Parts: sequence; C-alpha cells; structure tokens
Amino acid sequence: MSATLVAEAPDQTQTGTLADVLPGVLGTTSDDTDKAYLVAADKILDALAYLRDKEGYDFLSSVTCVDYQGYNGKQRKGISERFDVVYHLYSTKKGGGHVVLHAPIPSNDTIASATSLFPGANLQEREVYDLYGIKFEGHPNLRRILLWDGFNGHPMRKDWKEAYFDEDSKPFRSRHPKGSYEFHEDKLPWGKNATYPAGWDPDTWQAPVAYVPVSQAPKHLGEAHLDTESIVVNLGPHHPSTHGVFRMLTRIEGETILALEPEMGYLHRNHEKIGERNTYLMNMPFTDRLDYLNSMSNNWGYALAVEKLTGIEVPERAEYIRVIMAEFTRFVNHTWSIGFILNDLGALQTPALYAIEEREMILDLFEEVSGARLMCNYLRFGGVVRDLTAGWLTKARYLANDRLPRALDELDRMLTDNEILMARGRGVGYLPAEDLISLSVSGPMIRAAGVAYDIRKAEPYGVYDRFDFEIPTLPHSDIYDRYYIRLLEARQSVRILQQALADIPGGETVGFGDYASATLSQGFGSIMGGKGGYNLRPPEGEAYARVESPKGELGFYIASDGKPNPWRYHVRSPCYINLNALGPMSVGYKLADAVVILGAIDIVLGEVDR
Amino acid sequence: MFGTGLLKGLGVTLKHTLETFADDRGKVPDRYRDSIELGQGRRIINQPIDQEGLLTIQYPEEKRQLPERFRYIPMLIWDSEKNEDRCTACGICAKVCPPQCIWIVRDSDANGKPVTRPAEFYIDAAVCMSCSFCVEFCPFDAIKMNHDYELAVFDRYPQLVYDMEELTVPLEYYAALWPEQYAVEQEKRAKDEEEKKAQDEAKAKAAAAKAAAAAAKPAAAPAASSGGAKLSRAEELKRKAQERAAAKAGGDGESVPSPAASAAAADGEVDAKKARMEELKRKAQERARQRKAEAGE
Ligand code: SF4
Ligand code: SF4
Repeated sequence: MSATLVAEAPDQTQTGTLADVLPGVLGTTSDDTDKAYLVAADKILDALAYLRDKEGYDFLSSVTCVDYQGYNGKQRKGISERFDVVYHLYSTKKGGGHVVLHAPIPSNDTIASATSLFPGANLQEREVYDLYGIKFEGHPNLRRILLWDGFNGHPMRKDWKEAYFDEDSKPFRSRHPKGSYEFHEDKLPWGKNATYPAGWDPDTWQAPVAYVPVSQAPKHLGEAHLDTESIVVNLGPHHPSTHGVFRMLTRIEGETILALEPEMGYLHRNHEKIGERNTYLMNMPFTDRLDYLNSMSNNWGYALAVEKLTGIEVPERAEYIRVIMAEFTRFVNHTWSIGFILNDLGALQTPALYAIEEREMILDLFEEVSGARLMCNYLRFGGVVRDLTAGWLTKARYLANDRLPRALDELDRMLTDNEILMARGRGVGYLPAEDLISLSVSGPMIRAAGVAYDIRKAEPYGVYDRFDFEIPTLPHSDIYDRYYIRLLEARQSVRILQQALADIPGGETVGFGDYASATLSQGFGSIMGGKGGYNLRPPEGEAYARVESPKGELGFYIASDGKPNPWRYHVRSPCYINLNALGPMSVGYKLADAVVILGAIDIVLGEVDR
Repeated sequence: MFGTGLLKGLGVTLKHTLETFADDRGKVPDRYRDSIELGQGRRIINQPIDQEGLLTIQYPEEKRQLPERFRYIPMLIWDSEKNEDRCTACGICAKVCPPQCIWIVRDSDANGKPVTRPAEFYIDAAVCMSCSFCVEFCPFDAIKMNHDYELAVFDRYPQLVYDMEELTVPLEYYAALWPEQYAVEQEKRAKDEEEKKAQDEAKAKAAAAKAAAAAAKPAAAPAASSGGAKLSRAEELKRKAQERAAAKAGGDGESVPSPAASAAAADGEVDAKKARMEELKRKAQERARQRKAEAGE
C-alpha cells in the first residue's frame, strides 16, 4: 500500500502559474467553473509534452471536442474557430485536479494527434474523428469507430440532424397542448431514412479488408522449416465471450495472436447527441443506461458534474446515501466481474451464479428505495430522489456486516488458489504499469499493476474523505491479479459500507414527506434537499467531474451556454478507454487467452458504444 | 494439490444443496415464509434477506412481491371521490418526459376555449423509460406508476401506445398499490383543501360585500380519509393490494383494470384497437400539418 495521495491545486507549478509557462498558451477561459487553457492548435503537442514531462501530468484522461457553431455565450468572444479539441490531464503521481486544454481549430482543419505522446488518445481521437470529422495528423489508424463507413456526416456536429429529427431541444412543442405527434414510422418509412455520403454506393461497397496492424506484433521469428501463414479471425460480434456485441479482429499465427484490434459501435445510439437535446434533468435516467450494472455510480458522476457547474450543495444524509449506494454497486460489479472472468476461463456459469447471489439481495434493496433494480435513476442534483424506506438500513446493515463478508470469504476460499485460475491467469495479459497509464487505463486494471491510484483518495468527492479504507494494489498486472484485485476492492467496499451505515446522520428516520411527488416535496423533484427542477439552467461555463466507478474513471464533461439544455455533454467512459490496452495486452498470447484478457478488463457495451 | 479446486467447487454446490434440502424439510420452507399462497403452487414471494440455499423464483407460477416504489409504466388517476379525472392537461409531464413519449390534446368547451381537462392522453409504452419523472413533477397527483409489468403483446403500434382509456385507473387501485404514499398524499390534500377553504373564508370575511358571492361557490369536497397517515390504514391498504394482486395472479382476469388486461383481450378488441389507432394516427398527422401551417414551417 503506498502513501495516500493528497489533492492539490492543479495550476500551481514550480515556476508560477501554468499560463505563463505552457507553450502556445493563448489565454484562459473564465474561472467561475472549470478553468481551461486555450492553446494554439499547432502547439498542442508541445503543451502536452510540457505537461507530461515537466509537470507530471502523465494521464491523458479525456480527449473530446466541442462544436461552437451557433454558440452565443460570452465565453467565445473573440474566438472565431468553430471547434475546440479539449484535453483533460491528471497526474497519477501527485493526485489532485486536472489541467484542461482547449485547442481551437477551424472547420475541416486538422490537428496533430496526441498518440505519439499518449498512446491512450488512440480510441478517443478516433471517436472525435468519427463524430465530429476532425482529422488527427499522425494518428496510426484514423478510421471511423462507432459508426460504419457508409454513415453520412458527423453526427455530433451541431448542424447534423438525425433521421427522426423533431426539434433541436426538448421539450418538443408537438406533445402539448395539441398533441400533434407524428408517428416516426409514418414520417420516415423504412428504407427512406438512409442517406449516404456523396459518391457512396451501398450496393458495391465491401467492408474494407480487415485492418489489423502487424505493427503491434512482437518481432516474429518464424521457423524457417515451417511454412506458416498468419490468418485473420473475427471473435464476435455474436459471441458469449465478448460480453455483448463486440468484435475482436485478430491476426493469428497458429494460435498465437500477432495483432488484435477492437471493433465496436454495435450498440451506439449517440448518447451524447441525445444528451444535448435533453434538458439537464432528463439526462439522469439516460446515464443509467451507460454501464447498466452500475446505474447508481453513473448517476453520481453526472450529478457531480452538474452540481459542480451550478454550485449546488448536497445535504449530509444524501451524501452518505450516495456513498452507500455506490459501494453496494461496486460490490455488485466486482463479484459479477469475478464470476465472469471464471466464465471466460471455461468454468461455465457455476462460479458466476454463486458470485452473483448476493447481487440479488442488493438489487432488492435498490428496488425498495428507487423503484428499479437496474435503471435506478435515484440521484438528483443536490441529493437523491427520496429518503430510504423504513427498515432499509437494518437490512443493509445485515448485508454489510454479515452476509457480504461471508460471501467474499467463500469466493476467496473457492477461487483464489484454484489451479485453473492460477494456470491460466498467472503471467497472462501482462502489461507494465507505465504502459497502462500512457494508454489512459484506469480503475482496477492499474491497481492490479501496482499503481495506487483511486479517485476516492486522489481527488475525494462526496464524503469519501471521512472513511477509513485502503487502496489495495497487486504487483503482477496479469489476469490473476486482475481477478484478485476485485476481490480485495470488494472487501474495502464492505468496509466503507459498514462505516457509512453506522454513521449515517439521521439513522433510521423516515420522513413521510420524503416522497417523489411535486405536491408533497419541498420543490420539484428535490426531495433530499436539492434544487434543480426540470428546467435547471446552470450558468455559462464548463465542468468535468469524475467518480471512481467500479470500472475506472467515469467522467462527465458538460459545457453550458446558460440555456436549459447542455451545449455539450460528453461521457468519459472507462470501459471504452480501457479497451486501448486490449490489443497491446493480447499480443503474443493465445487466442483463448484473449477472451479472458477482455473479460478481465470488465467492459459493458452500453458504456463502450454509448 | 491438483484437484482441490474441483472439490472445493463441488463443496460449495453441495452446501447449497444441503441448505435447500434442509429448508425444504420444514413445514413451510424459509423462502416461502412471508409469501402469499394462491394455491396450485402459485404464490407471491416475499423473499427474506437472510435466505440461504435456493434463491430462485419459479416465475410465472411464483412472483415476487413488489416494493411500493416499484415503477413501470405510468397510469392516470380517476378520482372516484370527486368523479373526475385528476389530470388538468397542464402538460408538465409531457414536458419533463425524457424520451418525450407522452402527448396530450387539451380539451376545449363548445366555444373552443381550452379547459383544464385532457381530450386525449397517450403514452407510448414502447418508448417510456420508466423513469417516473412524470410522476415526480405532476402538480395534481394525477399520474402515478403502475406495477403491472406483464405487458407483452404482438405488435407495437396498435397495442403499445396506450390511450386514456387504457391508462386510467380508479383511485382505489392506486391506493392499493402505493398505500403509504397514498396515505400521506391524502392527508396533504385534505390539509391543502382545508387551508384553501380557510383562506376563502378569510377572504369572504374581509370583503364583506362579496361574502354572498363567495358563499355561493360550491364548497370544496370533503376530504376522504380522515385517518390519514395512520399506519394501520396503510397496512389495511397494503393487504388490499395483495388481495388484488393475488386475485389477478389467480387468473381471475377482469378484476384489475390495467393495460395488460386489455392487451390480453380477445381478437375483436385488438381489431377495434387497431381501428382506433389508425384513427389516432390520421388525426395526429392532421394536427401536425395544422401546427406546421400555423408555425409557418
Ligand atoms: S398528468 Fe399531471 S402533469 Fe400531466 S398533464 Fe395531467 S395534471 Fe399535468
Ligand atoms: S415514466 Fe418517464 S419515460 Fe415514462 S412516461 Fe413518465 S416521464 Fe416519460
């Protein structure tokens, strides 16, 4: 266990403020909310290199883009460029907050790819290219990623409209008071809603020959006397090992993987565009659908971002409830993940079913307070939607003090020195910690590589600073450690739960006024003390907030222009970004190992594809 | 030692088997302890949190007892005390609905003046994401979450777009599903009405000249449940809810007015509904055209 990381102000450097020393700085945005440095696009690599090498910002957390076409706020005064490429960097060494860079570029321009400095920019730059059409010069593999090649346009641009376009923002005028709603099937009967890029013919198009970079491959020695040939094999998209619809494009020789490329987007629904059409509150239930195993922590990440933007305070009791829900969620996620690592190893279903037994109990508890097992939609800006029910804490305490530790002990006894897990897990899927960090990997994956980086300690949110818990780390960075770290983390979760359930202010009290109903509560949807009805208007500015979701750093980036709909709503998805490491981790191992290596990253396709 | 992992694994399975076996030997197995028996192996299970051994529920014979806050598809409340729809067609639910799956046509009187009553009210249940925002924001307690989750039908368009008739349930049905919240709400409503009455009276006193006119106003309807939030009342209602659910699970079809009941209806009804939906679509298109013409789009 390494020393606890302490948060510190991000813009203090050894030599003064960053604005003075950062190469290419044009200025800073207003600092009411998140402060960002505007950096000249042609100097962006210098700025990133400076931050990485001189200031220790070694973790390129998020790369995204904002389209400012039609933006009327004060923030863009004097900036004529249409797009901003936005970078969020953190330091895994010193912890603390982020540095935000905005690189303004005009339409259809290019910008240098950050992949040479941070290989983790790979998937994120492809996403920006796909959704905004920004080209990254020097990117090794700049292809569309979430959409297919025959998709017309770049959907996150402000002037792009979907096939079933209603209006630019909700609420749609057609729903009330005249109810002149048109059925989508009548508006656009099948077959008439597809347009293709210019010069594109769907009939003659053929999927491009599988791109599998041989560059990933270790130096291939080959055996002269054997006439071997490498072949391309698709794992998925319809395969139980892919945890959803996901494809691993592999080039193998014999059974050894030479290169592997993740292919995704089958579940893509353009969550972020929906988010821009929605009002702030409406996004809350949509976040449930990202990582659908962990709706409570998704809610929290989003609520945190909006609270940061608007400066809403959260009452004590609600903070405790949030911690309790998030840690129960982590327990659910980690036992689920352990069960499915075993599943991927070939121990079909039996361990998985025992591992998720307690999950049912926890989901019962979720259902009791929120009304749903998976899509909880329980948090609101400034609190949670309702108080706990009578008797809830007693049940939760029984779970935390008795049942959950017992279940973990049983899993530990059953699995930890299991021969199969040892034989197939030890030394498989190895990647050193530095590589993982430069690939922007977060969560249990880096802790299994010995990096004690956990946002709950590095940049505490909520009331996490009040609990006594540790960040477990393991040294080997292989499948086995990735299994075991989850067990250890689940134990810490139980530890936090025990403290939170004992200390929760107000204890078992249940106010009958705490119901989700406008006639009963203190205000619209503001049960546990929060503000923010359905027409919340945050001040102009931007905010990035992140939580340690069970899968890694889940971040929400929100830019507001002061209207009821977010100008930009971006999800920094840990599942998606952790997939950066899938190729490098699999190379050199056997095809059957790739299945477990993927399993041990622990992805949920709802969040990967968004 | 090679093979211990296998033995341990089998040991866990054996432990579960034995626990279930021991449980089954009891007169009432633990997992059925608090359940409602419906006969013929059907029951509503209220699983204890400390249940060991077998945890599975043999759906559809066995069902879980749903917590009060369970949310599925909204329903509209028919206030049986006042004999009117609670909904005033204010449109807040349609505005706040994240996937915008509610659409409402406000009613108008003979002169074409809008009145506070919906003429039509639709929810596209295939789009509804069960978020419950409509319920949270309705200022008149007119829309609540139904617990009925068995809604499978063959076609989406004719059948999953619920109209007002299918959405509306009597107040008692809501009271049975949501006993605690209902009790609190009734209390609050009674208090509000009393306050309103008191205010009216105060006004009447202050403006003595207008007193006669104020008195002529129809008196507010008396509040129904005087007992209010007493737990015994809540418990009684809960019992009623269970009885209802039991009756329904027992296959005694017509007792609960719900979308599922109508969805499961005979072919004739489906055809009738199809015709209604065609009509609805035609009207919707017409209105859309009209709106666009008005807006000059
Ligand atoms: S259900 Fe409630 S919110 Fe919706 S229109 Fe009726 S009264 Fe208004
Ligand atoms: S529950 Fe949510 S999605 Fe469904 S009708 Fe109500 S507001 Fe809309």
